[in-house]
Amino acid sequence: MDIDFTKLKVGDKVVLNGTIFTARDRAHLFLLKNEFPQIQNSIIYHCGPIVKDDKIIAAGPTSSARMDAYTPKLIDKYNIKAIIGKGGMDDNVLKKLKGRAVYLSAIGGAALIYSKNMKIKNVYCKEFGMTEAIWEIEVENFPVIVTMDSNGNSLHSEVLEKSRNVFQKIVK
Amino acid sequence: MITEKDVLDLYRKCATELSSDIKEGLKDAARTEESENARDVLESIIENIEIAKTESKPICQDTGIPVFYVKHDKTQSEEDIRKIIERATDTATKEIPLRPNAVDSVSGKVIGNKPVIHFEESAKFEMTLLMKGGGSENISKIYSLPDTMLGADRDIEGIKKCVFDAVFNAQGKGCPPYIIGIAIGGSIEEVAHLSKKQLLRDINDHNKDSELRKVESELLEGINKMEIGPSGIGGKTTALAIKLAKSHRHPASFFVGVSFGCWATRRASYGH
Repeated sequence: MDIDFTKLKVGDKVVLNGTIFTARDRAHLFLLKNEFPQIQNSIIYHCGPIVKDDKIIAAGPTSSARMDAYTPKLIDKYNIKAIIGKGGMDDNVLKKLKGRAVYLSAIGGAALIYSKNMKIKNVYCKEFGMTEAIWEIEVENFPVIVTMDSNGNSLHSEVLEKSRNVFQKIVK
Repeated sequence: MITEKDVLDLYRKCATELSSDIKEGLKDAARTEESENARDVLESIIENIEIAKTESKPICQDTGIPVFYVKHDKTQSEEDIRKIIERATDTATKEIPLRPNAVDSVSGKVIGNKPVIHFEESAKFEMTLLMKGGGSENISKIYSLPDTMLGADRDIEGIKKCVFDAVFNAQGKGCPPYIIGIAIGGSIEEVAHLSKKQLLRDINDHNKDSELRKVESELLEGINKMEIGPSGIGGKTTALAIKLAKSHRHPASFFVGVSFGCWATRRASYGH
C-alpha cells in the first residue's frame, strides 16, 4: 500500500487502496504459532465477513480489544504496518505502534459501506469457518480514521479520560 | 399457522431493514451532533442502512444470536414452532445470507446459526425476532447491589451508578449509539431476560411507571455527558434510549441487569 503510515496523525482521515488480511482471535493464535509470510509488512483487518459465492456481502470491523494480548507479538513477528478495527486497543499496543505502525478505526456495523469495494484475492485457514478464516482482500477507497498513531497518541485514550472525569463526578 | 416461509421473511426484514424509530433517532442525532467526526460516523451509518434496504443485504455482518419471542395460543405446539424456526434459520443463513455464528464451545466447530426461543401463552399469535451484534452482548452486565467498589446501595442512585459504570467500561466497544435495556430486582436470569426484552420497546415510548420514566431520562442525560459518542470516537450521542423495567426481588438479592443494544439493534415482528 502506497502510504507511509508513520506520517499519519490521530484524527487524519485516510482512504485505503490495496491488499488487507482479515484476522480475528483464532487467526491471531494461528499466525503466532505458525509461519505465514504472506502477511509480512501487511495490513490486518479485525473482521469476520459474510461471504457468498466468493463475494464479500458484508464486512464491518469487530471489537479490536479481543486481540490486545496478541497484537504486540504479531506486529513484531510480521512487521504489520496498520491495523483496522473498532473500539481501539490497549496501552501495550499503543507502545508497540511507536515509530512503526498505526491503528485505524472503521465504523462498527457499517458493513455494507466497506464491502461494496472489496474483492476476495485468497482465503487461508478456511477450516476455521467463514468468520475466523483469513481472507485476503483487495480494497478500493476504504475510508478509515486514524485513532492511534505511531507517535503514542490515541483518540481512544482521550475519549476514555474525558468520560472518566464525567463518570467520577456523577458517581462520586 | 406460522410457516417456515413466514419466519424466513421475518429474518429478511429483520436483517436488512432497521426499525424506523432507531433510524429516525440516528438521523436526529446526525442533525444535532456538534462534533464533525460524530456527524461523519452517523452519516455513514445512515448510508449503510439505506444500502441494506435497497440491496436487501444484512445491515451488519454480525448475525448475533437470533432471539425469538413467541406468543402463541397453542394451536401449534412449541415443538412444532421450534422446528419451523430452526429450519427457517438454516434457510435464512444460506439465502439472505447470514453469517454462521453458532460455534461449538468445546470443539470450535461452526454449526450454522442456533436461535434462542422464548415462549409465552397468549390469545393472539405474535412473533418478534431480535438480532444484535456480539460486541454489544459482550459489554452487557449483571450487577449485584450493594456494590462496594462503586459505592452503590440498594436504591435508585445505586442502580444509576451501575448503569454509568457499564457505559464507562463499554466505551465504543459495542457499536454506539447504544440502546440500553435495564432490569432491576428478580433472580439472575430474570434481570438478564427482562433487560434484553426492553430493547424491543420503541425508543420513543413512554414508560408507564412515572418513577422509572424519570430514571430513564436522568440516565440518558448523564450517559450522553460522557461524550463517548458514535463509534466511541467522541460526540454527544452515546445512547439513543434507555429503557428500564422492574421485577420483584428476593429479600437477600438486588440485581441490576444491563443489556446493551448496538445502533444496529435489529428487530422485526410478525402478527402485529
